[in-house]
Amino acid sequence: MQTDWIMGLIGGGLIGTAAALFLLVNGRIMGASGIIGGLVDKSGRHAWQERSALIAGLVIVPALMTMIAGTRPTYLTDNLLLVIIAGLSVGIGTRVANGCTSGHGVCGISRLSLRGIVATVFYIGAGGLTVVVFKHILGLI
Amino acid sequence: MRNIVAFVVGGLFGAGLLLSGMTNTQKVQGWLDVFGDWDPTLAFVMGGAIIPMAIAWQLTKGRRPVLGGEFDAAPDPVVDRRIVIGSVMFGIGWGLVGLCPGPAIASLTFGGIGGVVFMIAMIAGMIVAPKLRDTLA
Repeated sequence: MQTDWIMGLIGGGLIGTAAALFLLVNGRIMGASGIIGGLVDKSGRHAWQERSALIAGLVIVPALMTMIAGTRPTYLTDNLLLVIIAGLSVGIGTRVANGCTSGHGVCGISRLSLRGIVATVFYIGAGGLTVVVFKHILGLI
Repeated sequence: MRNIVAFVVGGLFGAGLLLSGMTNTQKVQGWLDVFGDWDPTLAFVMGGAIIPMAIAWQLTKGRRPVLGGEFDAAPDPVVDRRIVIGSVMFGIGWGLVGLCPGPAIASLTFGGIGGVVFMIAMIAGMIVAPKLRDTLA
C-alpha cells in the first residue's frame, strides 16, 4: 500500500513534468480531453500535428513499457453497455466543461484557476456519488 | 521540433499514468469510493503533478514559450453552467467505469476490447458535445 503512494507521487511527478514541458516549451495546456477533442471536432485543426504527436507518445510509450515489463491489467468492467454509457458521458462532459482531470485538475488547480477548482469539485463529487449509488446502493458495479 | 516535444510530453504523461497505477480502473474507483475500501493513491498522483506544474506557471511570467509564439490564452474565467453540467456528466462516467480521457488513451493497446469500446464511445460523445455546449451557452 505504501509503495502505491510512492509510485503515485513518482508517476504524478512525471505527469506534472510533462505538463510543465508542454507549457514552457510549446506554450500549450496539456489537457487530454482538449487535445483529442480538438482533433475530433476539428476545433484544434490548426495544431493537429502537435496534438497527434502528443497522442502518439501517450499511446506508444505505455505500449512499449507494458511489452517490456509485462502487461498492466486495467480491470475494466466486462459490462459493455456500462462502458458505452460511461464513454459517452465522459466524452460529452469533458468537452462541455472544456476539460478533464489533466486540464482542469492538474493544469487548472496548479494556477489556482477558479474554473479548474470548481470543475474538479464537481467531477470528483459526481464520481464519488456515482460509486456510492451504483456500487453500494444498486450493486451494479 | 514542436511535434517532437509533444511526442515526448505524451510519452512522459503516459509513463506517469502507467507507473502511478491510474490506468487501473479499480484504483480510480477505489479513490472515489469513500464509503468502501478507500484508496488514496489518486491524491498523491494529483499532488505530485500539481507541484511541477505550479512551478511552471510561475516561470511563464514575463516570458514566452521556448519555441516561440504565445502561451495558450487563459480561458474566460467565468464559471458558468457548462462547467458544472459538463463536469457532473464527466464525473458520472468516470465513476461508472474508472476511466478518464488520459488513462483511456494510454491504455488503448493493453486495455482489451472494453478499452477500445470506451474510446469509440468517448470520441462519439466528443463529436456531439459542441452542439450541447452551444445550447447551454
